[in-house]
Amino acid sequence: MNFTLKIWRQKDAKSKGAFETYQVKDISADTSFLEMLDILNNDLVHAGKEPVAFDHDCREGICGMCSLHINGLAHGPGQAATTCQIYMRKFKDGDTITIEPWRSAAFPVIKDLVVNRGAYDQILQAGGYVSVRTNSVPDANAIPIPKADADESMDAAACIGCGACAATCKNGSAMLFVAARVSSLAKLPQGRVEGARRAKAMVAKMDELGFGNCTNTGACQAECPKGISIAHIARLNREFLAAKIQD
Amino acid sequence: MAFKLDAKIPQGKLAEKWSNHKAAIKVVSPANKRKLDIIVIGTGLGGGAAAASLGELGYNVKVFCIQDSPRRAHSIAAQGGINAAKNYQNDNDSVYRLFYDTIKGGDYRAREANVYRLAEVSNLIIDQCVAQGVPFAREYGGLLANRSFGGAQVSRTFYARGQTGQQLLLGAYAALNKEIAAGSVKSYPRHEMLDVVVENGEARGIIARNLVTGEIERHGAHAVVIASGGYGNVFFLSTNAMGSNGSAAFQCYRKGAGFANPCFTQIHPTCIPVHGTQQSKLTLMSESLRNDGRIWVPKKLEDVKALRAGTLKPSDIKEEDRDYYLERRYPAFGNLVPRDVASRAAKERCDAGFGVNETGLAVFLDFKTAIERLGKDIIKQRYGNLFDMYEEITDVSPYEEPMQIFPAVHYTMGGIWVDYNLMTTIPGLYAIGEANFSDHGANRLGASALMQGLADGYFVLPYTIGDYLAAKIQAPKVDTNTPAFEEAEKAVKEKIAKLMSINGKQSVDDIHKKLGHIMWENVGMARTKESLEKAIVEIQALRKEFWKDVKVVGDPMSFNVELEKALRLADFLELGELMARDALNRAESCGGHFRSEHQTEEGEALRHDEEFSYAAVWEYKGMDEAPELTKEPLIYEETERKQRNYKD
Amino acid sequence: MNCFLYNSSVGKKLVMSISGCALVLFILFHMSMNLTALFSAEAYNMICELLGANWYALVGTAGLAALVFIHFAYALLLTWNNYRARGTQRYAVTTKEPGVSWASKNMLVLGVIVLLGLLLHLTHFWAKMQLVEIMGGHESMVDGKMVAATDGAELIRYTFSQWYNVVLYLVWFVALWFHLTHGVWSMFQTAGWANDTWYPRLKCLANIVATLIFLGFAVVVIFFFVKANCPCCGGCC
Repeated sequence: MNFTLKIWRQKDAKSKGAFETYQVKDISADTSFLEMLDILNNDLVHAGKEPVAFDHDCREGICGMCSLHINGLAHGPGQAATTCQIYMRKFKDGDTITIEPWRSAAFPVIKDLVVNRGAYDQILQAGGYVSVRTNSVPDANAIPIPKADADESMDAAACIGCGACAATCKNGSAMLFVAARVSSLAKLPQGRVEGARRAKAMVAKMDELGFGNCTNTGACQAECPKGISIAHIARLNREFLAAKIQD
Repeated sequence: MAFKLDAKIPQGKLAEKWSNHKAAIKVVSPANKRKLDIIVIGTGLGGGAAAASLGELGYNVKVFCIQDSPRRAHSIAAQGGINAAKNYQNDNDSVYRLFYDTIKGGDYRAREANVYRLAEVSNLIIDQCVAQGVPFAREYGGLLANRSFGGAQVSRTFYARGQTGQQLLLGAYAALNKEIAAGSVKSYPRHEMLDVVVENGEARGIIARNLVTGEIERHGAHAVVIASGGYGNVFFLSTNAMGSNGSAAFQCYRKGAGFANPCFTQIHPTCIPVHGTQQSKLTLMSESLRNDGRIWVPKKLEDVKALRAGTLKPSDIKEEDRDYYLERRYPAFGNLVPRDVASRAAKERCDAGFGVNETGLAVFLDFKTAIERLGKDIIKQRYGNLFDMYEEITDVSPYEEPMQIFPAVHYTMGGIWVDYNLMTTIPGLYAIGEANFSDHGANRLGASALMQGLADGYFVLPYTIGDYLAAKIQAPKVDTNTPAFEEAEKAVKEKIAKLMSINGKQSVDDIHKKLGHIMWENVGMARTKESLEKAIVEIQALRKEFWKDVKVVGDPMSFNVELEKALRLADFLELGELMARDALNRAESCGGHFRSEHQTEEGEALRHDEEFSYAAVWEYKGMDEAPELTKEPLIYEETERKQRNYKD
Repeated sequence: MNCFLYNSSVGKKLVMSISGCALVLFILFHMSMNLTALFSAEAYNMICELLGANWYALVGTAGLAALVFIHFAYALLLTWNNYRARGTQRYAVTTKEPGVSWASKNMLVLGVIVLLGLLLHLTHFWAKMQLVEIMGGHESMVDGKMVAATDGAELIRYTFSQWYNVVLYLVWFVALWFHLTHGVWSMFQTAGWANDTWYPRLKCLANIVATLIFLGFAVVVIFFFVKANCPCCGGCC
């Protein structure tokens, strides 16, 4: 298969970027999207040009490192998959593919398609944890947890922190990301203890970092590679409002 | 000068060693901990847990990772689970049984005392993780669920769907975030350690490159902890993440730390087979699939031919024409034999011509029987996400046709040599998790890597590091303006300048693929004296080629992925040779190390305990010099060493 | 101001949710009121009398005005925040995500159309009814003759006999329909009263409410238009 690629190139955070067009040829349908970029990059290196910088690591959809806005969709075509899990058979021979970095004020571009998602770390540092010390804990089976609760907690905990939610949201809102963590811990007795403090602190940090406001479009849920439901946003709203009303 | 290795294994009965040791080692008072700095390299289960726990204790911790966030470390990709001797299933599990299974699974090439300690603290890990809010799978009664895993006859594996590694890592990452917020830990993402600084024989800090700006930075500390994972990517194609590398560990080796058992590589039996020449990595299908999947190849070669030609569907092959070779060869463990055994059995069948795809390098993992027995819904519940992932990659639905699998490099049991305190041969330099060599011997059992990483990080290192640091409480902050730092920084800058200046014809990946090919063909699943000698010569030649002909484009003082890869490959090119040398030296078969000359009549690994019951510890002598071997004898007091038997 | 209703994203959204909810309830009331005009001009005018310049009606009107103001001001504030959060560089290519409604992404535009419709509506009715009473008057000039400020039925009859008014009002109702299909379930979501089981129900409820409101208003408009312009009887039927 042959493709025309329109890729966003930007030297560094300060420089202005622009699209450049590349051709890739003889790509097998079984090639993954990132392998296709590897092939392009190898060609570029041989031509003495700088390869396209893009984030990636595990290439099995779990580390959350890969990003890319492909043909207008975060993580490209196909639902519940990260960019690294997209295979070229999803495209048609001869397609033009536009590849852009995550665009969000809170995710500034570092180079080409690489962005800084440190804001997500900062939100979690504000309260996305249970304050227990190593070794100062009860037996694992001391507190039974209803299976349904543990399962729902796990649904939310599947978040890989890739940033697709904020990148795809027309409002640049990180609510799905924040909600996933708040909700996951809120469903467990261990996390309940500091639930109110957590919800307030994480929302405050999210706002401070310049993420937008959720308007319930559900685009985040549609583009989340882990299919995390906006029901967790409802729970975050509940947690936050209950905490604020008690203040 | 050979190493004087002292493993510092405590005296006393095996079951009491760790408690005795903890009671005997020194501690640092809270007021003094504040004055001490520790650097942790890597933020996986080992590094993340260690940095968080050390920060909690009051040390000043700096933690480095090459990814954009500590949460991305490759521990996240572990799917199946984590072992612990809780005996929640009442199937007569115990610390001793976990210890025994691990020692036996490692083919008697691990230290008894370390493995026993690992089994001992395994239970604490589960408690810790549950308290952190890790959503482990539960039963309807609200208590924790378990599943079984290869190499064990009890159900002792705790899991969180197929994302156990991710959930445990998020737990450690959360603990780390708590400490970052508290100010006790400072995080340096997108930073790569390029050298360890050794002064007066002690670790004093590191030289790191800021991967965004390209700046070379000096960081001093009273102790340095290496938790940078394994070096499986020396094979180019492996299940490791693209960024996983052996460079941090290799710098330690270069600076004088012993490197132990580098040839012990785990080949995981259930990966999706290679599909072409442009593939970048191999995808693992969780070992848990072997709980319900049955592995087979056709009995008849004409069926194999028809499969390859595409004229026959696997599901059309009759039951009596299928060779469930693991069940045939190992009736007691069947499809749940340890990984090395399963991998070799697959290779044996493929070598005999029964490989089921065009390349001849694949066997079937079939769920037909399980679907008939349990129904599609239950199988979907258990493995739905894995089946979807498989279908996404291969375009074949495992509900309809069996999966194709083949072994792939997955984990390296070898690593930096450490004593019982997890300290390397360089005082003040520690290595934990996959980066060290310790607990898995010649083969790691499934669900034990997560256990070891967290054991080291949460429950071992935070205690043992105090024993060393107690002597440093009077020491001032480490001065990074000393000749040792100057020299280390200069060497790093020169190495980078050299790489940038070669401007040859081959890309880093071109050469890495060649290295991978040499390694897989000669230092892979089955090794011979000839193949290893050949590998050494070829790798040496390839290394020369690299330093003459590599092309690294871009600006070193900026975000430059090619430079990062080149620096890592430079180390892999030496590490690969070291692995081959170690494999050549170990003229026996054990665990993941299989020397074709040394096998039983039935084709099983044949150990030579008289000659090789030791950890082979290598000392660096220079890039083109042969390293020097020192042996740490392995003494078995508790376990009787037997030929591993998974037949009955 | 140091209140979460002003300085936190979730708080601001709650203000949108509650003000929106109150406005929906008012619209439902207004719609029911209008429907009486179909059956009896007297009954309708009786309601109009009750809603003249009485203290409770004035308080209600002020309250409604405040709600509309708050709902709109917060919408502008949130949109401005959101615009800035998107950053300066926009995507060159965008594709509609599967399952995302058009309305949900265009609430402000729909809101502006609704607001413009409201202004038109106020000049048609409120300016000739309650406002006249507030100013101390009792009637105003409509279609060349004086009409009592309490004679809502006459205003309806006249306004909707004009085809362009009918078109404008229908456009207004369509915009409102879109706005409500997203707004009604969204207000539950923002208040935290939603989950995966309830999404289909809430979205169904939103569609029912929006459609009910659309039909309730539209039927009056069309009824009076047909009544005034019926080709067979010239408005006598």
